[in-house]
Amino acid sequence: MQLLNTIVAGLKEIWSHKARSLLTMLGIVLGVASLVGMSALIKGMENGMKESMVAMGGADKVLIREEDVPADQEHLADQAPGRTMYDVITLKQSAPLVRVVSPEMRVDAVVSRGDKATWPGECVGVWPAVLDMNLHTLAHGRFFSDIDEEEARAVCVIGTGIRDELFGSPEEAGREIIPLGEIIQIRGQPFTIVGMLTHYESEEERREREARAKAPQQQQAGPQRQRGWGRRNWAFWRKNNTVYMPLNTAYIRFRAAGDRDGIPDWRLSDIDIKVHDLSILEPALQQARNVMMVTHRGIEDFTFQTQENNLDQINAQIRNTRISGGTIAGISLLVGGIGIMNIMLASINERIREIGIRKAVGASAFAIFSQVLVESLAIALLGAAMGVGASYGMVKILESITPTGNAPVITPLALIVAVIFSAAVGVIAGLFPGFKAARLNPIEALRYE
Amino acid sequence: MALVELRNVSKIYHLGGEEIRALDDVTLDIDEGEFISIIGPSGSGKSTLMHILGCLDSPSHGSIRLDGTMIQSANARELAAIRNRKIGFVFQFFNLLPKLNVAQNVELPMVYSGISGRERHQRAMAALEQVGMANRSQHRPSQLSGGQQQRAAIARALVNNPRIIFADEPTGNLDTHTGEAILELFRQLSSEGRTIVLVTHDPEIAAVTPRRIEIRDGKIAEKLDLTLAGLSPRGGRVPHEVHDQEPGA
Ligand SMILES: Nc1ncnc2c1ncn2[C@@H]1O[C@H](COP(=O)(O)OP(=O)(O)O)[C@@H](O)[C@H]1O
Ligand SMILES: [Mg+2]
Repeated sequence: MQLLNTIVAGLKEIWSHKARSLLTMLGIVLGVASLVGMSALIKGMENGMKESMVAMGGADKVLIREEDVPADQEHLADQAPGRTMYDVITLKQSAPLVRVVSPEMRVDAVVSRGDKATWPGECVGVWPAVLDMNLHTLAHGRFFSDIDEEEARAVCVIGTGIRDELFGSPEEAGREIIPLGEIIQIRGQPFTIVGMLTHYESEEERREREARAKAPQQQQAGPQRQRGWGRRNWAFWRKNNTVYMPLNTAYIRFRAAGDRDGIPDWRLSDIDIKVHDLSILEPALQQARNVMMVTHRGIEDFTFQTQENNLDQINAQIRNTRISGGTIAGISLLVGGIGIMNIMLASINERIREIGIRKAVGASAFAIFSQVLVESLAIALLGAAMGVGASYGMVKILESITPTGNAPVITPLALIVAVIFSAAVGVIAGLFPGFKAARLNPIEALRYE
Repeated sequence: MALVELRNVSKIYHLGGEEIRALDDVTLDIDEGEFISIIGPSGSGKSTLMHILGCLDSPSHGSIRLDGTMIQSANARELAAIRNRKIGFVFQFFNLLPKLNVAQNVELPMVYSGISGRERHQRAMAALEQVGMANRSQHRPSQLSGGQQQRAAIARALVNNPRIIFADEPTGNLDTHTGEAILELFRQLSSEGRTIVLVTHDPEIAAVTPRRIEIRDGKIAEKLDLTLAGLSPRGGRVPHEVHDQEPGA
């Protein structure tokens, strides 16, 4: 009851000095806004990364990358075998902790049909294991059979992005387009489409597409589709612009006839593996490494790139954002706190007589102290409320300039933390003025003009 | 047992090495229900005495018992509570809070004794009724005349039903006519059984009270200077008062 009165009195006091209180709050407003804005940015980044990571195959996908041989094996560099099917088959047979092995042989090729042509995001020869590896879903038709592989048949499975480019998108046509059985040219060679993958999109893209579907009139003239640049999520774009063919097909049709030097190149462009469980990642990678050290005759021309490495990079980026945002927020809150303390000191100087009167009628030092503290807390919390409002505005602005995949997201935790911080600033800033007011001698205070 | 018992109380200020005895060995009893004036020239120590009696200040030496409690040993929190529940103050400059209306000003002491909002309002209105200010409860102090402000201040002093009311020059800032009305109000409150201590430098005002204590240079005067008062004493207590002051006390 008494506290309520104190709060009401404090709010009245703030209200009676609107402009002054507002200026005082600015530091807190800025501090809270940057705190909440920063964490919203980070959250957005994390969301985008997570989506992209899933789009690229999930957290348990490990890339076996080509690597320069270590310095002490420099003299063996020209004998480095590179990654070959030998590795793949041996890994499958001798590394039981590895669940999936997916070899890839990249083909640099333009894909065309009639007068339409496009560069696919990736055009690779694969095993069916690639579906599991890259978390693909086959929406139409079939994937490659053993016979396709064995006979190196000219068949391919495409993503919806390729379909859109070569056959037109269903959005424009107003009907579903499933080009199964159609022939397309891959580097001039005819391939039959036997399957099409599902359409991949980020949450944000899905929402946008649905919004567009609701208001179809608003289509603008001119080029309607955005390419892989700008606001689109690159990982999803690439996944949709996939062209897969059987691994053997890629080798026989694009590599066996010889490379620049006329020598067939049987090296794979990628080997991806997945382990049974992330908890055994370490031993599984050790096992895979041991196997490959045998197949590579001890020449260590490969390395394992886990998503953890990716995560490290992401985390470093997040840490940087956190540090810069946190610094701005910290400085703003500090300045805000000093402002509040200053204003509270000024306020009690103006109210020395009032404090004397209150003490004369029986206010304890604690009652005076808590009144000052509540006032200072109220200023801080009002500032925090405005800061939260400002951060919503800021996030709206940021949303329109950051890639959709990374759209900033305000989390309740960030709000709570920001409010707690401002409350702490308010309390700390009120301590000294509060003590000062509480210690005033009532007689001198009453005599004060 | 007297309501207030002051025993050998001194208040000494040190100003640049110089010792100022604002109160010098004062011994004094005030009984329940008394209407008493403390009179003396400016700077004689009246306000200092009132502050000590009113628990706003503590003495340098001596002991004070108020309503059975020894207050020279009380800490600041206990003194605040005693001021809150047992003492009412009326000041020369009214000392109402300008941002609160009259009713809120009167409620102020009850805010610090933790009384609920409804009871506070009822009691504030009753006190305002008593001083004839009920119809001004929603006014700001700045919208009132001096006399009205002082009445509101008296209502504030009354509202927590204190054992004793101290008024320091309550008419000092009012014209004669209004001042008389305020004194009349005090007399009326006294007749209702309130214990009231009136501090003044004006013998005419002191003449209103049955008992007068004259103070000079921090000491209670040996003998009441009736010529200073310029009036014949009304109450029968003056000789007794003089008798009270033992030589050397
Ligand atoms: N805080 C103080 N510091 C020093 N001297 C003081 C203080 N308060 C009062 N005095 C001195 O004590 C004496 C009595 O003061 P006061 O009680 O206010 O007199 P009165 O109310 O009778 O005019 C005066 O001489 C005054 O100067
Ligand atoms: Mg005085």
